[in-house]
Amino acid sequence: MVKKRKRGKGLWSRLREDRMALWSLTFIVLVGLAGFLGPLLSPYAPGGLEERRILEGPSLSHWMGTDGLGRDLFTRILYGARVSIVVGIGTAFIALIVGTAYGLISGYAGGSVDHLLMRVVDIFYGLPDLLIFILLSLVFGRNIVGVLIALGLVTWVRFARITRGQVLQAKELIYVEGARAVGASHARILLRHILPNILGPVAVTLTFSIPSAILAESTLSFIGLGINDPYSEWGTSWGTLAQDGWRAMRSYPHVILFPGLAIFLTILAFNFLGNGLRDILDPKGR
Amino acid sequence: MVRYLLRRFLHGVAVLWVVVTLTFVLMHVAPGGPFDRERRVPPEVLANIAAKYHLDEPLTRQYARYLKELMQGDLGPSYKYIDRNVNDIVLETFPVSATLGLLALLFALTFSLPVGLCAAYYHDSWADRWCMFLATLGISLPNFTLGALIIWLFSLQLGWLQPGGWGEPSRLILPTLTLGAAPAAYLSYLTRASLLEALGEDFIRTARAKGLKESAVLLKHALRQSLIPIMTVLGPLVAALVTGSFVVEYIFAVPGMGRFFITAVTDRDYPLIMGVTVVYTALLACANLLVDLCYSLIDPRIKSLET
Repeated sequence: MVKKRKRGKGLWSRLREDRMALWSLTFIVLVGLAGFLGPLLSPYAPGGLEERRILEGPSLSHWMGTDGLGRDLFTRILYGARVSIVVGIGTAFIALIVGTAYGLISGYAGGSVDHLLMRVVDIFYGLPDLLIFILLSLVFGRNIVGVLIALGLVTWVRFARITRGQVLQAKELIYVEGARAVGASHARILLRHILPNILGPVAVTLTFSIPSAILAESTLSFIGLGINDPYSEWGTSWGTLAQDGWRAMRSYPHVILFPGLAIFLTILAFNFLGNGLRDILDPKGR
Repeated sequence: MVRYLLRRFLHGVAVLWVVVTLTFVLMHVAPGGPFDRERRVPPEVLANIAAKYHLDEPLTRQYARYLKELMQGDLGPSYKYIDRNVNDIVLETFPVSATLGLLALLFALTFSLPVGLCAAYYHDSWADRWCMFLATLGISLPNFTLGALIIWLFSLQLGWLQPGGWGEPSRLILPTLTLGAAPAAYLSYLTRASLLEALGEDFIRTARAKGLKESAVLLKHALRQSLIPIMTVLGPLVAALVTGSFVVEYIFAVPGMGRFFITAVTDRDYPLIMGVTVVYTALLACANLLVDLCYSLIDPRIKSLET
């Protein structure tokens, strides 16, 4: 059942009332900006080695200290933000496009087509995410594109399920019958009538799949099976940075503290934003 | 009942077959091989190795051989550990992973049910908000960050517990906490949400109208109803615990299946990778079946056994 909502307020003004979600959104925008404006914010190059300042604690010149090769940790974290943001948002959108299309077709077609398509989804669902992700990234390579494809292939199933469920409900509603009665084509009914009405839950799924992609990527990079380029000029994954810090943790805890904190806060912000959006867009999912 | 079990079994076998086939194809598509070395190896040696593991046969023959051996319960030889086959490794490491996973599940359940109950009981109060805030923190904390934090605090600073290893029960505490934290947070969310939904139903109003105490309404009537969504996620959760243990086993140096899987992937030890995948898939199928069987125990209206 689609409940009638008060249409008086737009999404933005309702989101503004949710302080937690608003702070989170601000933080996410800052992280994104930091990632792409990193070179302007930091005087150091991400690969700039300083032999005399290896594993230094935080100081005025190196806000987060330096790592085992004397690289400025703050700079490395700024550049790492790119990786996380690109992986998170990229995965979510790949999965959104594939999964939503799949779910729309499956739910709308119904019958044996639906049955068959959902069997495929069941198989994907019946496998541990991290496992498929590892197997796929073996094939597609341990670079950012390979990880995006692998994560997208893991994540699309969620969108397929959510979309199909919503379509099944929506296609029984009066307005769809009305559209059909006036002779609208299937494509038109799907894209103009059903899709706009199920966007709420899909948007919520989108928001929540960003942090889980970031989490998966950094976890895999931490155990050495994710993006593997510790000397990249473009940006090194926070997971790889945490792995560096893990090895030095006994004596130099700051090297793992900051990457760990960066991952945690970014994921947290996306989750709070997701909670806020869900309360507004999908009140039943609370 | 028998027919239902048989159908589920056949479905499980079909899923397993698809997974085995897909993994087999993926492993052979993937660039790089287990016997690639920096140093040039004489072609005769390579030919010998290929002959030993039947790698010189056409792919279809290899695939058929693998399936045949799999049906006999043989997961093949390990490329890396020359004197052992995959069966030995799985038999040795699976109990370790299973112990850790089940302990973490137990921890998650004992933690999350009271928290979820409390949050639902004091709905919209500060207690509720704090519970949910903590749950969001727990979901957002990556395993490795939490693990590092826990080791740093309890092992390096306080010196209470060993930072890893296996054997004495005390070594199990830190990995269990690390592995169970995220599921605990997630289950708290779920318990609260499904309790709140159950509390809105008619039979709750009836129970209250009868003059039952609020605690009895919550524990006897609402909780039972809300166990169903919790049961539903337990299947995937078991999988998450077993795979989440990749990282936890790595951090705490636990000699479980996950750690072997990581090294198998790095070494391209294909039979071991496939073996672990098969075991995980079979495990997950069993967990899901158990969950479905439990539905009808909790809620007699669900008659999954008869359809």
